[in-house]
Amino acid sequence: MALEKFARGIEEFGEIIILGAKTVKTVFTTKPDIPQISYQMVLMGSQSMNIVMVTGLFVGMVLAIQTAYTLAAFGAKLYIGEVVSVSMTRELGPALISLLVGGRVGAGITAELGTMNVTEQIDALRSMGADPVKKLVSPRLIAFVISLPILVLIANAMGVLGGYFISALELDISGKFYMNHVFRMLKFNDVFSGLGKTLFFAVFVTLIACRNGFKAQGGADGVGRATTSTVVLSAITILISNFFLTKLFLIL
Amino acid sequence: MKPFVQCSGIKKSFGSKEVLKGVDLIVEEGKTLVILGGSGSGKSVLLKIIIGLLKPDSGRIFIEGEDVTDYSEKELLSIRRKISYMFQWGALFDSMTVFDNVAFPLREMGVSENEVEERVAEKLSILGLKDAGKLFPQDLSGGMKKRVALARSIISEPKCILYDEPTAGLDPITANQINKLIRKMQQMLNITSVVVTHDIKSMFYVADKVAFLYEGIINFYGDIAEAEKSGSDTLKEFIYGGERNGV
Repeated sequence: MALEKFARGIEEFGEIIILGAKTVKTVFTTKPDIPQISYQMVLMGSQSMNIVMVTGLFVGMVLAIQTAYTLAAFGAKLYIGEVVSVSMTRELGPALISLLVGGRVGAGITAELGTMNVTEQIDALRSMGADPVKKLVSPRLIAFVISLPILVLIANAMGVLGGYFISALELDISGKFYMNHVFRMLKFNDVFSGLGKTLFFAVFVTLIACRNGFKAQGGADGVGRATTSTVVLSAITILISNFFLTKLFLIL
Repeated sequence: MKPFVQCSGIKKSFGSKEVLKGVDLIVEEGKTLVILGGSGSGKSVLLKIIIGLLKPDSGRIFIEGEDVTDYSEKELLSIRRKISYMFQWGALFDSMTVFDNVAFPLREMGVSENEVEERVAEKLSILGLKDAGKLFPQDLSGGMKKRVALARSIISEPKCILYDEPTAGLDPITANQINKLIRKMQQMLNITSVVVTHDIKSMFYVADKVAFLYEGIINFYGDIAEAEKSGSDTLKEFIYGGERNGV
């Protein structure tokens, strides 16, 4: 039983890798479907904007309060700008927003493609000589690879803004002083390494979601199970790969 | 008569369930073959194997004499230009309008947008869907969905159409309209047709030949008159609903 489960996991992993290889080939060898990419960017990006802004703002505020509490013990409360901005851009923004938006977008992709699969729409595409990878996977991949870093960048800015509010309103640190510290400490590399990781997260989530959608079977129940699996697998993949990608970007 | 589709010893299993146990079948060019069979007998699986959506476990598929069994998706492209498939529940793309659904095969073939508009409008008009172009599939009734699916199958002017339960779930009047269209298509354009159904009325209307798929093999193959006289009790029961056997 355990061996069977392990074998299925390996098979699933192999299918995601194969789909990834096909998609990368398609992205680089065919003309991009601009209208479809734009449509997906609206669904994935614009429509995630509110949730991303609220999350970024509140994470930044909580971070400021918690950091002030810890730093106060060392008399280092004034360094709150540095801590909030670096934590937000290097780690919290990319990981939290990717988890949040990845779950939302991944679930949406699997539910849509899964429904298409159980209603034979994917078979219909193939029967008319269209390639499902080209029509369905590559526009979603391109759209999410563009959208996710932008969303994370917005969340980072909101997080810094949240820290600004807390500093000014609760900690008696002037806004100007806080912002000076933010810009004094924050390096291009901090933002770049955070955003760099999100490119990988976007690819992982899209491939997992598309693969699960293509494999969904048995009506609403099957689509539901596939969608749940996408959310869980995407979250675990983001959390684990985050560790290795962080190491990688520190070396670079 | 030249065979357009030839299946030889087709076997297909899903898990431990063997659905097709060695199907041999010929579809003659320009004729309509009706494949009869109960629910879950593997009729739709056979259609999907013919067009290459599923691969058989063993056996060979020949299209116009060409062995296409091991063709890749890319190689199957030329076959899928010749054969179109009308899915049981239409399989219309939810995210597209009726017009875009019907236009899809032409756009895939790279036909110019002017020609696409002309041809789609013509087909929609023939099928009584003139004003439905801007609607989405969720706005359509079951009968309209079938007609849109039919329009999409004929738009690229294929040599052969595979119909999967074209009249299932329709009222008798709409079912009759679909039967007439299938017949008209075959007579006017000399299209080879394979109709999978368990609608006996439809079979009598459209069939040149009948094949009865039972327990994974072709239990009977012949024309309608032969089917009626067939010694197979199962086929008789299927056609007459048990009336003649006193069931």
